[in-house]
Amino acid sequence: MISLRINGETRRVEVDPETPLLWVLRDHLGLTGTKYGCGVALCGSCLVHLDGEPVNACVTPVGAVGGRTVTTIEGLAKDLSHPLQRAWIAEQVPQCGYCQPGQLMAAAALLAKIPQPTDSEIDQAMSRVLCRCGTYSRIRRAIHRAAVPETKEV
Amino acid sequence: MAQRLRLSRRDFLKISALAGGGLLLGVHLPSSGRLAEAAGDAVFAPNVFLRIGTDGAIIVEVARSEMGQGVMTALPMLIAEELDVGLDQLSARFAPADTAYVNRLIGQQLTGGSTSVRDAWVVLREAGAVAREMLVATAAEQWGVPPGECRTERAQVIHGASGRRTGYGELAAAAASQPVPESVFLKDPEEWRLIGTRAPRLDVPEKVSGQARFGLDVRLPGMLFASVERCPVFGGRLLRVDDAKARAVSGVVDVVPVTAGIAVVAKDTWSAFQGRKALAVDWDFAGNETLDSAAIRRRFEARLAERGVPVREEGDAPKALSGAAKTVEAIYEAPFQAHACMEPMNATADVRADGCDVYVPTQAQTRTQQVAMTITGLPEERVRVHTTYLGGGFGRRGEADFVLDAVELSKHLGRPVQVVWTREDDIRHCFYRPATLNRLRGGIDAAGSPIAWEHQIVGPSILARVAPAAVKDGVDRTSVEGAANLPYAIPNIQVDYSLAGTQVPVGFWRSVGSSQNAWVTECFLDELAAAAGRDPFELRRALLEGSPRHLRVLELAADKAGWGKPLPAGRHRGIAVAESFAGFVAQVAEVSVGEDGQVRVHRVVCAVDVGPVINPDTVEAQMEGGIVFGLTATLKGAVTIEAGRVVQGNFHDFPLLRIDEMPLIEVHIARSDDPIGGVGEPGTPPIAPAVCNAVYAATGTPVRALPIALGPRKAGAEKAPAAQPMA
Ligand code: FES
Ligand code: FES
Repeated sequence: MISLRINGETRRVEVDPETPLLWVLRDHLGLTGTKYGCGVALCGSCLVHLDGEPVNACVTPVGAVGGRTVTTIEGLAKDLSHPLQRAWIAEQVPQCGYCQPGQLMAAAALLAKIPQPTDSEIDQAMSRVLCRCGTYSRIRRAIHRAAVPETKEV
Repeated sequence: MAQRLRLSRRDFLKISALAGGGLLLGVHLPSSGRLAEAAGDAVFAPNVFLRIGTDGAIIVEVARSEMGQGVMTALPMLIAEELDVGLDQLSARFAPADTAYVNRLIGQQLTGGSTSVRDAWVVLREAGAVAREMLVATAAEQWGVPPGECRTERAQVIHGASGRRTGYGELAAAAASQPVPESVFLKDPEEWRLIGTRAPRLDVPEKVSGQARFGLDVRLPGMLFASVERCPVFGGRLLRVDDAKARAVSGVVDVVPVTAGIAVVAKDTWSAFQGRKALAVDWDFAGNETLDSAAIRRRFEARLAERGVPVREEGDAPKALSGAAKTVEAIYEAPFQAHACMEPMNATADVRADGCDVYVPTQAQTRTQQVAMTITGLPEERVRVHTTYLGGGFGRRGEADFVLDAVELSKHLGRPVQVVWTREDDIRHCFYRPATLNRLRGGIDAAGSPIAWEHQIVGPSILARVAPAAVKDGVDRTSVEGAANLPYAIPNIQVDYSLAGTQVPVGFWRSVGSSQNAWVTECFLDELAAAAGRDPFELRRALLEGSPRHLRVLELAADKAGWGKPLPAGRHRGIAVAESFAGFVAQVAEVSVGEDGQVRVHRVVCAVDVGPVINPDTVEAQMEGGIVFGLTATLKGAVTIEAGRVVQGNFHDFPLLRIDEMPLIEVHIARSDDPIGGVGEPGTPPIAPAVCNAVYAATGTPVRALPIALGPRKAGAEKAPAAQPMA
């Protein structure tokens, strides 16, 4: 039995500790917001936070998580209240939407470290998450928007 | 003032009472997919539903696939505009293939096979107008006033003189028994309140909360997960399998042969993947294990040596060539391409004795249903197709191979099964954009005007696989689109096609034939411009006098890009224009070429004419997306074949464009009263030639094969494009 701290809750699962966290989230815990795209740390669709650090859940054995807290897209914020989610809506970022949980988690980790990132800091942090639909320009705009302390706007 | 118009397709519309009261309106929107077109839309099968409940709930259900192109917002917008409801007052859902609705509405009308975007554009506005008119008639009757004295606003009918108003919900039940009008008013464009606005997409909130349900997110009680080992070599088949080790993997439930190969079924996806790695399989490669890209190229070359089937002949191109002051000849080579949707292929099936449910991210509901019916032997009304969100489509999800896997397995096991393709499965077992080999010859007269154009395309045919009857006289029209309809006023044109099949399965890939034909023709035009010593933009302009929509976007793009104005050192521009799917797009790319031969695209200016615009934000997003999709194919990767199999397997050897390689993209929408066109595809064709033409301007050497692969450059190697000598 493995015990995990996910999105503020403690969850227990009975799986082989070698099983990647991705599949434990998706197939055992019903947290399907974290996506499978490549399985080998090449696309970032599966990005989650371990103690706030962005990691690819597809190559993180669940047995290696230990006592670290796991945050998934479901735990980013209730009611779309995270500044990045609001910015994503304002910029109408998603197309098919499949890569967006990974994009948002990567962006959230970036802003936690660098509240006002430059374009090249965005490039560096976000180039690990692929988007086949080509929403990159809007992702960049949305990160800049979220990085500006919100004033009373529209 | 708007005029009364006869309904264009009255037989596309059915009205009835909703079970439990309320109004149900079903619209048959002909599918615009090529597969459906090939198959023909034979039966009235409503696929857009408007439901107005007695509680005032307004629901639009769209049996169309939302793969990022915004259809789930655009189609309801058309209805809402004429119905006079706000987008905030309705909810949009994917229509379940609910037989209860279909049965209540179905008539056996034939609707014919012709399909177009224009149908949706007109039919859905008419549907909204019909519902509105019936609601108004109901209110007018109840109030004893002429309908003409009533107006509508935000889901209410209002009688101005008396100030009475009633919500649509209260009228819905009675409205369902009103006669369906023969004709309706459609608003004039100046009266539109929704169409043309940047309405926020209805699917965005779910897509930023992680709640949007894609195919892989389907969870059913008791379901199992499966992964299928397919023959790595095209056309092979399973000989024998030793599954002892696979069965010993913890979590594995069964190992089952299926049409596509051998499936490992497990309690979770990971166990299924692990079990699959433990299989020992013998395949019969059917002699295809020697196939490789070089052999395919030789096959194409052999066909290039003989004349193809003429698809366009004007004047006498060979004669004009022999009399030309200057000639240019070139071979252009486009590779196979995979779709690589971010969500790998998958489907979930639940086959029971009394019915079958398929949950699938599909672009082809009908085909999905047919496959499930064939395997289960169940009648149509017992096979339900539930369309989830699609994590990308680009044509790949018009196929049903993943459906076949899931339905076969669920039938065999008597439990719901989700089939999950790995990324490697997805890239190695795709239906690829056809590779083609092209020969072009062009002739220029003494005054520098192109007078002859010869183009021969050799390549495999998509229609030969999906709809062989649609291949007419050896010509697959999807293979020549973007080439046969060359828009330039050149007096002698000859376009030939040679169908050359290979064992590599081919399919529809965003913008289809135009995706490579626009590259070939637009690059070769720049070669002619160089030979004639003319500016590529000015030459196009001179040759496009008879093509006003091409000209409109060409001039707009050139103007916004500052064509002809100086650029920072090391930067070069290229321009291209193309029509596909009734959308006209021109792009100007600004690139630089590093000393290592690395091509960097800095800026893309895109001008688009798609006629009336439903949602400008969606048009811009689709142009951005189409450009990025095309840039990946221009700069990054390709699918190649070795030993009968696809070499590439994951994003390390089939790389996609990343955010740090993104150019600045500017989209300019042309004002246009011309017929409405598609937006999902036309953004892709011009980008490859715009970039390659800029590289040509930078290096003086035309780019005749994709993806661009330049070697290291000598310092100061930059030079102006020069004519290639005739081979
Ligand atoms: S699925 Fe983990 S990086 Fe792609
Ligand atoms: S929105 Fe489709 S992959 Fe990014």
